[in-house]
Amino acid sequence: MKIIWILLAAPLLAQIDSDRLVHAGSEPQNWLTYSGEYNGQRYSLLDQITPENVKNLELKWVFQAHSTEKFEATPLVVDGVMYFAAAPNHVFVIDAKTGRTFWDYEYKPSREARPCCGSVSRGLAILGDTLYLGALDARLVAIDAKSGHPVWNVEVADPKLGYTITHAPLVVKDKVLVGVSGGEYGIRGFIAAYDAHSGKEAWRFYTVAGPGDPGVKTWQGDSWQHGGAPAWVTGSYDPGLNLVYWGTGNPGPDWNGDDRGGDNLYSDCAVALDADTGKLKWYFQFTPHDEFDYDATQIPVLVDADWNGRARKLMMWANRNGFFYVLDRETGKFLSGHPFAKLNWAKGLDEAGRPMRVAEVNPTPEGTLIYPNLYGATNWYSPSYSPRTKLFYIPSWQNSSMVMAKMPAEFTPGQRYGGGRSRAQEVGRRGMENTPVEESAYGSVLAIDPQTGDRRWEFKMRDVTASGILTTASDLLFTGGREGYFYALDARSGAELWRASLGGSEEAGPISFRVEGKQYISIAAGSALFTFALRD
Amino acid sequence: MALKCAGALLCFSAALMAQSSGVELYRANCLPCHGEDGQSISGVDFRSGQFRHASTDEDLSRLIRNGIPGTGMPPTNLPDAERRLLVGYLRSMNRTAGAKAAGDAALGKEIFEGKGGCYACHRVGSKGSRVGPDLSAIGLQRNPAYLEQAILDPNATIAPRNRFVHVVMKDGSALNGRRLNEDTHTIQLIDAKERLVSISKSEVREYTLLTTSPMPSYRNRLSGAEIAGLVSYLASLTESQ
Repeated sequence: MKIIWILLAAPLLAQIDSDRLVHAGSEPQNWLTYSGEYNGQRYSLLDQITPENVKNLELKWVFQAHSTEKFEATPLVVDGVMYFAAAPNHVFVIDAKTGRTFWDYEYKPSREARPCCGSVSRGLAILGDTLYLGALDARLVAIDAKSGHPVWNVEVADPKLGYTITHAPLVVKDKVLVGVSGGEYGIRGFIAAYDAHSGKEAWRFYTVAGPGDPGVKTWQGDSWQHGGAPAWVTGSYDPGLNLVYWGTGNPGPDWNGDDRGGDNLYSDCAVALDADTGKLKWYFQFTPHDEFDYDATQIPVLVDADWNGRARKLMMWANRNGFFYVLDRETGKFLSGHPFAKLNWAKGLDEAGRPMRVAEVNPTPEGTLIYPNLYGATNWYSPSYSPRTKLFYIPSWQNSSMVMAKMPAEFTPGQRYGGGRSRAQEVGRRGMENTPVEESAYGSVLAIDPQTGDRRWEFKMRDVTASGILTTASDLLFTGGREGYFYALDARSGAELWRASLGGSEEAGPISFRVEGKQYISIAAGSALFTFALRD
Repeated sequence: MALKCAGALLCFSAALMAQSSGVELYRANCLPCHGEDGQSISGVDFRSGQFRHASTDEDLSRLIRNGIPGTGMPPTNLPDAERRLLVGYLRSMNRTAGAKAAGDAALGKEIFEGKGGCYACHRVGSKGSRVGPDLSAIGLQRNPAYLEQAILDPNATIAPRNRFVHVVMKDGSALNGRRLNEDTHTIQLIDAKERLVSISKSEVREYTLLTTSPMPSYRNRLSGAEIAGLVSYLASLTESQ
């Protein structure tokens, strides 16, 4: 059936291939992966918007999602076209310049899905003409990026057992990598790779060591079977080392470790996996035998820098447990660690980076006051590293605390497996109104010197934050918070240069891209996506 | 039958009532999502007489009771008798929709992929162009009569989402494509190179929403058997993957 006047012999535009993903930093007009680049730095080379002209930012468009759920997605942008998933799994492809829709595809996850903490999606991955969506019912869905037609759809895990997928997959070469959520349901967590063309599983790495893995000895009895350790935030990748880095979550049951004696590998770890085979190269455990829910589900930030006079491949990690770490990402060797928030569960870190625990600070049946609280000193919100300022920027919760009490935990497939309860300190927030008191936690952006762990500056907010951070080559830093303000800060001093009130909590990472010579900044707030650029 | 119906007239009335009740059940339970004629959900058309998740009446009844996990199709608590009425009505939607495909689907596939040149504009699964409508699940979306008409007379019915546009920009450049979306100020389309293109109307000199299809009629290009085969092949396309 021939179309008469359309020239079909015209070649297709360059597709997103593995090479473009590896060199994503060389095309700053686009945002090709969840973190912008494989290194997880969430840093943009675009510099049209500067500290001097940022006051002239204006709203260009708003995209309203048809969902009242949190909009946690980081969009992708490829050559002027934007791709994202609104909650729970509604994929939109829109014009990045105007916000108008090309097509949408709504994947309706099974009602068997039982997410612990919101029916959300944090985004997509792209390779060739195909988008990849990790669905709430623990399926991986491939979608034609031009038309919105589903290409394949495979089960990653059984949602009835509490498995879900909420994060953006990561494409590495010809594979699509995803991890699973469900740490509150006694799952056995894993990270798996699927053939990008067929959806066939290529490898699987269990984040809870089992039979055949020496790490199984770190689990009392058969507690490994329901050991949790979900992987619910996107990993990073070093093409030179061919290693994928991923953070893992808490062991299960969350707040009661009585029946899972041992370190509980590989919960609360950074794991380095061979990208082709999924074989474990090294691991580093931040919180052995965790009973505080300190998931290590942060973005691994990869930085090449001098360390004590020697060029090293580093990994920087601000952890939910309140410590900021620098590791050697070739070996996993601990290089340094410093607290960046008030904490009372550990006195510090030993030479190997293992926390020196405060013996009496553990969840008890009566309840124990813990700093930081179970939401952590930071959480899944993307940090940023600027190669220009050489500072690491953390979206943090300061002064957060909670009384945590352990309770008996009995495993029932698909049911909550927490083993405790918690009571927040007086925080003052009730719905839309916030009346903070001295004990209240607050949010801040911390600028840390990775070499020393010293704070260079802190930008305080009255309420806590859930927003990721973007830095740019003009030394700007964009971030938000639960109060709905979206800020541009001076990345060198922390001074506020501009803000907009978006009327909804920012719970996603900002991005920057360029279309027709103009730099844009996008951030989700509430259930909408907002895009700014300089006044015309 | 005579004993149960006490005469042909009563039987006929009972049949009508059953159909009428099926309609009422359909309108109360199905119409809000599936529409009056059963084609409001993309990829689903009750008029096609084919169902992706069911083939027998029992399958359909079970599907109505259990819903389809992973989709927007919810379970219902309709009793068996009402589900049977509903199944009857769903089947009748196909009977009123027209002819069944009776051609040689294998021949049709050969035509589609060969001298018909259909892949040049249409896509089935992972093959073909995205410029024209995707036909991967056309058998679920259109009945054979509609498909035959579309092949013989492509201009007879063009769905709004399949309309093509011709755009001349103020700088004189021209663009053709299938319109995906349009508002007061912008147009989104997929062009001949399969690019997703967004156009500001303020930069447009001339904009034509074409009332004819770019697809030629195959009335005099294919034999009757070839057209029948093509219809059968298209009617057999029921998967979107």
